[in-house]
Amino acid sequence: MITVLFFAKYRELLGTAKISLSAADIDLTACTVAALKASLAERGALWRDVLAAENTLCAVNQDLAGDDTPISLGDEVAFYPPVTGG
Amino acid sequence: MSVIVSVGEADFDVGAECRALASHSRQSGAIVQFVGLMRDSNQGDDVLTMELEHYPGMTERCITEIVNRAQQRWPLFAVTVIHRVGVLQPQDQIVFVGVSAAHRLDAFQSCEFIMDYLKTEAPFWKKECTLNGEQRWVDARQTDQQARKRWQD
Repeated sequence: MITVLFFAKYRELLGTAKISLSAADIDLTACTVAALKASLAERGALWRDVLAAENTLCAVNQDLAGDDTPISLGDEVAFYPPVTGG
Repeated sequence: MSVIVSVGEADFDVGAECRALASHSRQSGAIVQFVGLMRDSNQGDDVLTMELEHYPGMTERCITEIVNRAQQRWPLFAVTVIHRVGVLQPQDQIVFVGVSAAHRLDAFQSCEFIMDYLKTEAPFWKKECTLNGEQRWVDARQTDQQARKRWQD
């Protein structure tokens, strides 16, 4: 299972905070952030927009990640907009 | 070195935090504290409330990592970072960064460093509710990115 989290504006836009993907949902051989984005983008235009946005940030297991970052079973992946704390 | 990183809804007492920072070393000669407050207006609109969301777990990890980087750069005795989440009102305290060092320059600079990285890396998001009932997510500021870049030269 891969857990995918969405925060703030993205959580509201997509109407979900958390989805779980199994090996049946996504090909896990050599899976990366880019591959996960491509798979999720198939869910619709809104998903495509969020995931393709230039400033969308991604974390894998709570560390900042890039498109090339590998993803494997059990990982927690998060997508979120630029941060505005402080 | 003593490091405290705390994220939650509870308010904080600046005086108590200052005394705690001072207590960690008799060599401490400088404490610098930053307190961020909620403003009552933004982009020309009156703001009634603000809700702060975060990524539990990653937030604490991220701030601790920023403090570790500061510690490698300046000799510090103690660092406390407190960040509130949930619903806040104008004038409420949002964030506290307190640093104890032997000398003021290290304390001033490390406090700014921690704040600059916190604002650009720690996964928090603000949503504000304006007087006219609009709810909107606050956009990240370019000036915050620039403030952080000065530490990378």
